[in-house]
Formats: sequence, structure tokens, C-alpha cells
Amino acid sequence: MANLGRIHSLESFGTVDGPGIRFVVFMQGCPLRCQFCHNPDTWDVRKGTEYTPDELMEEILKYKAYMDYSGGGVTFTGGEPLLQADFILEVSKMCKSKGISVTIDTSGFIFNDTIKELLDYADLVLLDIKNYDPLVYKTVTGVHLSPTLKFLDFLKEANISTWVRYVVVPQLTDNIDSIRKLSDYLDGYPNVEKIELLAFHKMGEYKWKELGLDYKLTDTKEPSKELMEEVIEILSTNGKVVTSNI
Amino acid sequence: MRQEWHGFEGGSWTVDVNVRSFIQHNYTPYEGDDKFLVGPTKRTQKLWEKTQELMKEENKKGIIDAETSKPSTITTFGPGYLDKDNEVIVGFQTDKPLKRGIMPNGGIRVVKKALESYGYTLDKKTEEIYTQNRKTHNDGVFDAYTDAMRKARHSGIITGLPDAYGRGRIIGDYRRVALYGVDFLIEEKLHEKKLLENPTLGSPDIRLREELSEQIKALKQLKEMAASYGFDIGNPAKDSYEATQWTYFAYLGAIKEQDGAAMSLGRVSTFLDIYYERDLNNGAITEEEVQEIMDQFVMKLRMVRFLRTPDYNDLFSGDPTWVTEAIGGMGLDGRTLVTKSSFRILHTLYNLGPAPEPNLTVLWSVFLPEAFKKFCAKVSIDTSSIQYESDDIMRDYWGDDYGIACCVSAMKLGKQMQFFGARANLAKALLYAINGGKDEKSGEQVAPMFAPVTSEYLDYDEVLSKFDQTLDWLSELYINTLNVIHYMHDKYNYEKLQMALHDVEILRTEACGIAGLSVVADSLSAIKYAKVKAIRNEDGLVVDYEIEGDYPAYGNNDERVDQIAVQLVERFMNKLRKVKTYRNARQTLSVLTITSNVVYGKKTGSTPDGRKAGEPFAPGANPMHGRDKKGAVASMSSVAKLPYKHAEDGISYTFSIVPKALGKDQDDRVNNLVGLMDGYFKNKGHHINVNVFDRETLIDAMDHPEKYPQLTIRVSGYAVNFVKLSREQQLDVIHRTFHER
Repeated sequence: MANLGRIHSLESFGTVDGPGIRFVVFMQGCPLRCQFCHNPDTWDVRKGTEYTPDELMEEILKYKAYMDYSGGGVTFTGGEPLLQADFILEVSKMCKSKGISVTIDTSGFIFNDTIKELLDYADLVLLDIKNYDPLVYKTVTGVHLSPTLKFLDFLKEANISTWVRYVVVPQLTDNIDSIRKLSDYLDGYPNVEKIELLAFHKMGEYKWKELGLDYKLTDTKEPSKELMEEVIEILSTNGKVVTSNI
Repeated sequence: MRQEWHGFEGGSWTVDVNVRSFIQHNYTPYEGDDKFLVGPTKRTQKLWEKTQELMKEENKKGIIDAETSKPSTITTFGPGYLDKDNEVIVGFQTDKPLKRGIMPNGGIRVVKKALESYGYTLDKKTEEIYTQNRKTHNDGVFDAYTDAMRKARHSGIITGLPDAYGRGRIIGDYRRVALYGVDFLIEEKLHEKKLLENPTLGSPDIRLREELSEQIKALKQLKEMAASYGFDIGNPAKDSYEATQWTYFAYLGAIKEQDGAAMSLGRVSTFLDIYYERDLNNGAITEEEVQEIMDQFVMKLRMVRFLRTPDYNDLFSGDPTWVTEAIGGMGLDGRTLVTKSSFRILHTLYNLGPAPEPNLTVLWSVFLPEAFKKFCAKVSIDTSSIQYESDDIMRDYWGDDYGIACCVSAMKLGKQMQFFGARANLAKALLYAINGGKDEKSGEQVAPMFAPVTSEYLDYDEVLSKFDQTLDWLSELYINTLNVIHYMHDKYNYEKLQMALHDVEILRTEACGIAGLSVVADSLSAIKYAKVKAIRNEDGLVVDYEIEGDYPAYGNNDERVDQIAVQLVERFMNKLRKVKTYRNARQTLSVLTITSNVVYGKKTGSTPDGRKAGEPFAPGANPMHGRDKKGAVASMSSVAKLPYKHAEDGISYTFSIVPKALGKDQDDRVNNLVGLMDGYFKNKGHHINVNVFDRETLIDAMDHPEKYPQLTIRVSGYAVNFVKLSREQQLDVIHRTFHER
């Protein structure tokens, strides 16, 4: 039977999910329920459009010139792409055979042998750490933090280039003490080449409403420049490169 | 060798008129970065301040001043200055900066109307001369137009025709004046004329002999005009100042004599660089002085003005002049044609701030030096003032010394000209196919009568076969109309100076165009892949459509519809190829609307793609607003599929993106924009306008134009000051697809 993937959408010009121009595959389905999620329409594992690996590959190859010239590639995100590791593995193998670099954007919540094999083909992992305080993590995402940290351990052992991503949400993930601890913790991970800070925005709020979901952050403001700068400073104390989208 | 050429390497250019040979033997490719560039001099700053004050006043009043009696020729006006002490490069079209001249050879009514629209009155005597004694191009055309031509023009299926304004799109090789001096050019023309003393003199030779005489006259006038400024341009230019000034005089002569829609400059920066390099190497000049020459030359080009009517402004909004300068590209021998002066001319966008003119056009090749690519991307991100065209495609067709006329039309400099043909409205043609040749707005039988579609739901094969029939009619009518126009233009409004700066044997193209490509492609796709129901009025005319279901839309890199667009271009081009042209011009086609997409939309009823009557088309080859849903690269990939070999006059694509969507920081943005263009041009894209700004900026500029006097945006093959667009066009720009994921 064909190995089908459920895909939410495709973006031909991704410039914020890894280096260069990236063909971004938004995979359908996610086990997390992050309060600040701007793609809640990717949660439901039953939705999306089915693609065979060959069909997706055909789409990807249309954009090879752009990837080649900009140092880009393909990024699997979602949703949680690793829910469909079988599918992504098959597509990633094809990508590698065509010289296309593969990036995986994940929460690191799930892990298994297929994922282990898949990571062999990943040139870069964007690991979203939603918070470093286990309690806050649970509040923010609805799930536990520990799998993500174990995932990071594996990335270190396998020496896979990793960019850690952290979303700054005022009153929710701006717990400075835990950010400081995260900074120290990441110091032990030489494979983490960069920390990307993402300022919270509410551009996904309308989707929550469309889906009949209760959006808890209606009154939350976007982080101030000062807050972003403070977080950048803390995360760079140990010499890591920190970037921010503000 | 002549003493002015001291230090240059010889070649065939020393014996024959051959600017390319001079460039190839003498230019210095530059692969370095932009660090050598310098800011404006005090003189430049002072002069630019004065210029800006004038422009501000012009913005308020519409125009600064206009001539009302003396028709403009090369020598009508004596010297004019803005601030003589600070002007390094001199010369204005009339006696005062920004004052607009009149050129009634195109048509006296247009001149009268244009003057009146700004509150001026045409001198009675002048009007009398051009009504009673001297026939104009416009009169000639209407004497010969057939009924079918008048109808087609009136209904808007063929519009924007240069039958009441100068056709333009001719580029004199202005560099010849600097390299050879006018005296030598006159000798050459006399010699060519002598060769035409054939034993049997047919009408083509008679015409050519008359034209050569006109050309010689124009060259003599050019010399006289320059002399009024105190320069003897009979001889070649001997240094950087003279080379730039001579080139500018040649161009100035052309814009004193002609007010064609597009008066493009050609490809001068790398040519001039040879003189700059020679003087820099001799220590005769400094980098500051070179940049000053360039800044001031460009300042003059920013001050080119023509008198236009309100109708004309509807079609080509924002007072464009298309002083197009082609920059960079690669030589046939593999060396880059990028020089330091390619950087210097782009750097004027910093020294003087962004501006729509000159229409700076980078000839992109994936082989361009990386540092130059990055500099271009940076300039685009900072100013949105440049456009890019594929040197890798055009070099194969036109060699390595072509220029761009207007927006996207390549032509070998001094060896080729075009008969500009505006465009046919293919969306309207599709509606004619459905309505049996009747106009969907007026009900008038414009095309020959044939059986209309009578079914409730449209059938793809039926519509396509009727459409094909309609295009047969349209292509014949279109070419014949252009034949009339250009016959009369040659006869009554011949571009004698510009043609004097051409070889005697030239390639002429009959440059047709189409509007509404994405509307037709989507309409046919809707008919094929969804169900389209025709809504008829009481006379049985289809006036609206209802779509049931989804259809693949052009702009998503989806073969099903993209191939419809590709085949449409090829189909129409092949029909044009069958029709005989005036002076055996070679038929070409462009997919370019300039800003007329708004006017065409206004004149066109509802279409089967779901577009409602009166709504604008997408500009040029762009997908319809908001229908390209898979991101910027998918959108441009659809456009890149359109075949240049069936659209040799150019395929225009306008791309707008918010800075954040291009990348997180300046380095990422530059890298990604370079990658985007390399990918697009590698995939055979032909042209791209790059705009980088936030929608909010434009909205703010609509409300507070005074805050944005220099806000420049690329529209369709040219750039405009956003605040000079009509409100309708401003809204059209704002509603266009912005890539802002």
C-alpha cells in the first residue's frame, strides 16, 4: 500500500523556517495544543489532503532552482511532522538523492525508530522548546516537557545541527528565571548552533474562532522590544547565536 | 587613431560605426563590491535641492509650465539652465527646466487638449498651421482607418494604439555621438545615401533616400543645439565630462524632437565607464568627480517631461517617460559587462534618493558577479526602484549590446527598431467568442457575425473553437491597424534624429501585445475544470457567469491551467505571424499592460473566471490578485513558463513582497532575493519588477502624500511615484497580491 501523507498546505517561498528559500510542507496533525498556536487548523489528524511521496516529490522538484541558488531546501513543519515519520522518511530519502537539504521543525514530543532513521537524513532540526519550566510547559502545550529534552539528547549524540526555537508570549512564556536556566542548559549542547526567538503574534486568532475553539490569549499583547531584547541577552550569555524576528 | 581616442585599444570600431567593438576592446569588468562608492558632492546636493523644489511645485500644479506656440524641434529652444554654476551636465528640452514642449506632428488636437487640461491655450496661428497647412500623423491615420478598425478601437478590443501620440520605443544609439562626433556620423550617412543612387529607383529606395536626408538634417541640428550650450560635438568626446555630455546631448536632441510614449536611453553606463576608467587611471579625475557626473546625468534624466492628455494618463499613469537604461549582463565571450559604473548608476538611488526615472533595468544572468547581485538586491530592498530582465534569454536572441525600449522590449542598439502596437484585449475577445462577435457591454456587432454559444453551461471545446475563430479575425485586424499607424508615423512624424543614430539597414519588429492573459487562462480553466453557467440579458447577450465548483487558477504552478496560458500566447502569436506587415516588420508579442490593466478592466464585462464587469485585470503576465495561493515562488513559476520565443517583445511580471516575508534580517533578505531571482531566471523567467514594502506604507502614502514625495513603486515594466497615481490605480496596487506569509 502506498505510504500516504496528510498535508495541510504547501508554501513555495518559505524564508523563516531554515536557511535560504525553502519549500515548506505543513503536515497535518499535532499532539500538542499550544495556547499560542497560529495554525490550529493543522491539529486534527483526520483533515488535510493526501499525497503519495512521489506526488509531493514532484511538487518539491519544481522549486529546485530556487533552493540551489539560495542555499535553501525543504522544511517539514506542521502540525507535528514526526507524527507522519514514515512518509517524511520516504520523501527525505528522495530529496537527499536529488541533493536537496531537509529541515524538520518539531516539538520533539514523539520519538521512535522511524524517527531515528529519518533524522539521519535531516540536515537541520528546528526544535521548538515551548518553555523550560515543566509546569508552564504543561500549561502552554497540554503535554510534558521531558520527551523534548530527551529528543535534544538524541540530537546531541547524533551530532545533528539544531536551531532551538522559543516563542516569547508576555505573561505566559516570559518567565525569566526559566529562560535563564534554559540558556545554561543549552550550553551543554554544542549541536545547538542557534536560538531563534519568535515574538508572539495574533495572526492565527481568527482560525481559532473559525474552528470554534476558545482562544485564551485574546487580551495578550505582542512582546515589547525591551522584553525581546532582555530575552536575547539572557540566551546569548553562553555565547550562542540568538536571532529574533523583531 | 584620432587624438580623442588616445589610450584606447583599436579594433574595427575605429573604421566603422561599431560601438560594441569599442566596448569589447576597452571596458574593464568589475567583480568587486560596492565599497568604492561615494556620496554626492556639494554641487550635486545644491542642484538636487533646487530640482526637488521645482518637482514639489510641479506635483502641486500638475505641470510647471508649457509652451503654447512654438513646436519643439531640436533647435527651437536656446540653452536652458537651472543653476549654471553647479551644473556639470547641461541641457533642457525647452528654455526652462520641467517646462513641457509641444510636438504637433503627432496630432494637433492632442496637443490642444493636453494644454487645455492644464489651463493653457494653444496659439491660434500654430493651430491653424497644423490644421490647414501641415498634416499630422493623427490625421493621416484616421484618413486611412477602415470602419472595422474604428469599431475595434472604440469598443476597446484594441486600445492604447499610438495613433494620436508618438509611438516611441525607438532607441537611438546615443553613444555614437560621444565616440565618433557628429561630423563623422554625417559623412557616413552621406556615403550611405550615395550608395542608394540605383539605376531603377523604386519607392522603398526613394523613401530611404528621403529619410537619410532627414537624418542628416537632424544631425546638423544636433550640432547646432550643442553649440548653443558652448560645445562643439562635431568631434569625438575627449574625456569623461564630454563623453557623458555628448551622450546626453544626443538623447536630449531626441526628446526635444519626439514625445514618444517611451523614450529609452539604451545601455550607456558601461560605455561611459571606459572614459571614466581612462581618466581615473591617468589621475585626471577622482571617484567623487565621476560619481558627480553620474548623479548629475541621472538628475537630468529625471527631469525629462512630455505634455500628455488625461486619456493618456489613464493608460500610462504617473507621468512615465521610460528613460530605460540597461545595466550589467554578460558578454558573449563570458566576461561580465558589469563595470564600476553599473554600481555608480544604481548608487544614484541613494545619492539622490529613490525615483521612477531613469527606468533602471538590470540585465540579470545567473553568471553575474555575486557582489553585484547582492548590491542589486540591496538596492531593490531599500528603494523598490529597479527591474530585472533575463540576459541569459535575451543574449541568445540579441547578442550583448541590446537595450530595453520602454519596459521589456529588447532591441540591438542602432540596429533594430520597433513599430509599437499597444495591445489587444484577449479577455474581451473571449467574450466576443461567446456572444457571436457582439460586444458584451454595448451589444454592438464588432467582430463579424457568427453563431454565439447558446447552451446554459459553457462547453470547453465549443468555446475554444469559437475563440480561435475570433482570434483569427482579431489578429488580422490588429496587424492591419498597426500597418496604417506606422505607415503614417513614418510619413508625418519620422524620428529623424533617433534613426540617424541607427544603421541604414535595420530590423523592424511589429510589436503587438496582449492584455488579460490571466483572465482568459482562468476563464478557460473554469470552463474546463468547473461548471460555468452563462447568465443572459433579455437580448440573449451573455453578461455574467456563475461558477459551480473549483478550478485550478494560473499562478499556482499548476500545469493544467498554466499550459492553457502558454498555449494562448503561442496560438495568438502564430496567427499574427500569418499577417503581412508594413516594411516587412517581424511580428512580435508582449505580455505587458503597463497601468492600462485598470482601463482595460473597466471596458470589459464580467468574465467566466468570476471576475466582475469593470474590475481591473492583473497587470502584464501576473496571476489575478489573490488567486495565487501557493506562495511567491509558485506564482512566479507559472509566469516563467510563458514562452519567450512566442513573446519576444517581453513578458512582464510584477512582484510585491513585505520585507519580513523576504527573511528575518537584511543579510537573509539579500540572500533570499538573489536566490529568488537566480531561480526565476534559471527557470526561464523573462522580467520581474521587485517591490519590497509594507501595504501599510502605501495606505499611509495615500492619506499623506506629502510625506512620501519619493516613494517609488514598480508597476508593470516601469516605476512611478506612488503619490502620482490616480486613487483608482493606488487602490489597484494595494489590492494586488502581496506575498506576506
